[in-house]
Amino acid sequence: MPSSDYDPACLPDLLPLYYRRLFPFAQYYRWLNYGGVQKNYFQNREFSFTLKDDIYVRYQSFSSQSELEKEMQKMNPYKIDIGAVYSHRPNQHNTVKSGSFQALEKELVFDIDMTDYDDVRSCCSAADICSKCWTLMTIAIRILDRSLRQDFGFHHLLWVYSGRRGVHCWVCDEAARKLSAAARSAVAEYLSLIKGGEETVKKVVLTDPIHPFIRESLTVVERYFPQYALQDQNILGRKESEEKVLALVPEDVKKELQEIFQEERNPERRWRHIEAQAKKKQTTAKKWQYFEKEIMLQYCYPRLDVNVSKGVNHLLKSPFSVHPKTGRISVPIDLKDVEKFDPFAVPTISLICEELDRPKADEDEAKSEDAKEKENEQDSAEKRKIRDYKRTSLAKYVKYFDQFLAGMADSWKGKLRRQSDLQKEF
Amino acid sequence: MQFSSKKPRAVTDLKAELYSQPLQFYAQPPLENISLSEFESFAVDRLKLLKTVENLGVSYVKLNDDYLKKLDNEIRTLNFPQVGVSLDAKDQTEKRRKDHISHFILRLAYCQTEDLRRWFIQQEVDLFKYRFKKLDSGEKLEFLHKNNLQYNTISAEEKDNLREKLTISSYAASGVKLEEQDFYKVPFQDALDLVRTRKVYLKEGYAYIPHNEIVTIVLNDFRTRLSKALALTARSLPAVHSDERLQPLLNHLSHSYLGQDYSVQKNVGKISLEQIDSLAGKSFPLCMRQLHQALRDQHHLRHGGRMQYGLFLKGIGLSLEQALQFWRMEFIRGKVDADKFDKAYAYSIRHMFGKEGKRADYTPYSCMKVILSNPPSQGDYHGCPFRHSDPELLKQKLQSYKVSPSGVSQILELVKGMHYQLACQKYFELTHNVEDTSFSLSHPNQYFTESQKVLGGGKDVKRETDTLQRPQESSAARGLTAAREPAVDESQHLAEITKNLETDFQDA
Repeated sequence: MPSSDYDPACLPDLLPLYYRRLFPFAQYYRWLNYGGVQKNYFQNREFSFTLKDDIYVRYQSFSSQSELEKEMQKMNPYKIDIGAVYSHRPNQHNTVKSGSFQALEKELVFDIDMTDYDDVRSCCSAADICSKCWTLMTIAIRILDRSLRQDFGFHHLLWVYSGRRGVHCWVCDEAARKLSAAARSAVAEYLSLIKGGEETVKKVVLTDPIHPFIRESLTVVERYFPQYALQDQNILGRKESEEKVLALVPEDVKKELQEIFQEERNPERRWRHIEAQAKKKQTTAKKWQYFEKEIMLQYCYPRLDVNVSKGVNHLLKSPFSVHPKTGRISVPIDLKDVEKFDPFAVPTISLICEELDRPKADEDEAKSEDAKEKENEQDSAEKRKIRDYKRTSLAKYVKYFDQFLAGMADSWKGKLRRQSDLQKEF
Repeated sequence: MQFSSKKPRAVTDLKAELYSQPLQFYAQPPLENISLSEFESFAVDRLKLLKTVENLGVSYVKLNDDYLKKLDNEIRTLNFPQVGVSLDAKDQTEKRRKDHISHFILRLAYCQTEDLRRWFIQQEVDLFKYRFKKLDSGEKLEFLHKNNLQYNTISAEEKDNLREKLTISSYAASGVKLEEQDFYKVPFQDALDLVRTRKVYLKEGYAYIPHNEIVTIVLNDFRTRLSKALALTARSLPAVHSDERLQPLLNHLSHSYLGQDYSVQKNVGKISLEQIDSLAGKSFPLCMRQLHQALRDQHHLRHGGRMQYGLFLKGIGLSLEQALQFWRMEFIRGKVDADKFDKAYAYSIRHMFGKEGKRADYTPYSCMKVILSNPPSQGDYHGCPFRHSDPELLKQKLQSYKVSPSGVSQILELVKGMHYQLACQKYFELTHNVEDTSFSLSHPNQYFTESQKVLGGGKDVKRETDTLQRPQESSAARGLTAAREPAVDESQHLAEITKNLETDFQDA
């Protein structure tokens, strides 16, 4: 596959092409401008760039889409991060009286990183991922998406592939952008069930009564557990991993299971034994009654980094930026197809640059569009650019992004109408 | 013509509107002129009320029957508005006005340091909680809406639909019949503590909160607002302090002690110098025991220590001659020769007894003063050990004084909760082998007097302490500050208080 042809050394050549002809500036601006409802929202937004040779620059800000384009084409950033909307233009923050320059708003964000699951996945570790452990991301997206919508009432969620080993979620509702740091931290903690680091063996403890949120999450986990944990990860198939699982059950049950497992080798049947033991515990004991649920959650439940979500001013990798190590573009994930999402099929910068030169199948269609636009010379450059990404694998991701923006646009229109109505009154 | 007649009516309407509610968030400061004497008396009354709230709060389970009864009492005595009691409208308005104004005056006095703010906020929150709980559910809803807390109760139908979810998500809901509890629908941003710990049911951005929890939320809101307001107030203090009439009073208020001051020496000469060492171990509070020990060890004490300990000794009955002898003897053992002592230190001792300078007879420091002012630094031994000592060191010291391990942990618990005077009281109980002290400790000399009582001190001393005790005992309420002298006429009482405040101020 062409995507494996990516060579980081080529970035200096590929980036200019990417930013000149492929990066979806119009949609990007449309997003961050949020319909122009709040004045200077785009202008006061902080961006940070990582340039060649790891030079990192913060407090970048732009007064318009064209300025953004020009600057990015000039600097060719290797990485782009998006920060908060501040009280003043970030690139002028040194001129502001100290204490007055404040981060005011930002999307509520979540970062799920596969390395946080290293203690429960056996197929890969560190920066590696494979199709087996990618299921963890699918589970995370399902659980968090449901909760953010149904529990917290958010509507405009953008899930993005980080480019290497995880996913990000951008909650773009106005209410979300206005949340205080304390509120963000509270939401993140509500969503956190895995507690403890290296030193902790048992990372999930459930108490009676089980909160509706946990129940809902368990429903999702239970759907994936048999295939993902028992089959793909084979957590009950090998001695080492079997011991890790048994470390999570109460002592007396552990002894019984160890005996049973001497005879019973089949992972699915082993799990049923565990479930049976748990049922027994539930009727007899007050403590430890949910250990089979705790195991499932420990192996599958989303692990998020609370620190990423807490800060209003926290910088997070931008959608559509390139991952320098893998070359992959941080593309939005269409939730309708989340089961089928394959991180290895995500286009790399080298692939889409290559596709630019290849003639596309429906070249005729492109030609007829060309004729229609001969009238408007000024727009043709713009239109050419639009057409450019359309002939690459990036197209479907930008289309999905368009749909996401269209969904938000209704709320902007309503707001703008209300604002202008107010202005007409004396 | 028509305008001028409208104006006064509008103002009184505003007042009536502001004071139409039994409870308020103190969002708007008072906008009228008041006399200095009203300014002072309102402030002092509220301070007394808050101190009562503090004392009751540590002596009783908050909001239990005893607590409620005693607080009701105090509120009535001090002429503050009572919730849930219907009174004559004019009387009601007057009392609410006093409540409003006194709150804002105390803000000025208590915004200056972290400690002061924390104390003030804690007592105001407790007072607010007591009042809020007294409102009936209709009044509660009205209060919420009038203060822009758009919390609405959910219908019986909705409650029914969400029945299961509601019972399993809130601890407060379980065990109580759903039909009997009101549930409020609150935007989740206003219930962060419950969201963070997943103790509430969330649906579409709203938290479904049982009635009991609503109080917590409202309290947190009150606390946050007050905290912000105090920070703002602190910034405008310089302007306030430039008014010479107010600055002294505000300073007094934040350092005041409203009880017996031990200024009048009752037992002069009854204590001999030879007794002091043994008395230090038996009847001195920890702060003075510490100072005495340091003096014996180092043959010296710095100014802060000399003032705190010296005045205390005066309070227990040392005469000026005895005091001079005492300090001289000890200092000479150190690096100070007799001459230097007579020149430098003797003067300040005579000063303490009012024989020098402006001849003011200084009063021994109260616990408040010791705890709040002049914190000790390296080389100092004054202050309150429960407040100023590192807990580890305090623990060691208590252990060296043969306090039992369980006693030590009880004391450390109280210290952790910042109940320094209660910790000292606990120390009293443990060292005197009594179950419960019959007094509420607020002055080191009070500690001494009570200790002598328990140990069955000399006949004379006992008689004197009886005279001292009577006004305190008549109140019969355990846990109320000393100096409840109901027989004394209000204005005289006030004058005495002001005098105490003045002398405390001058001591600093």
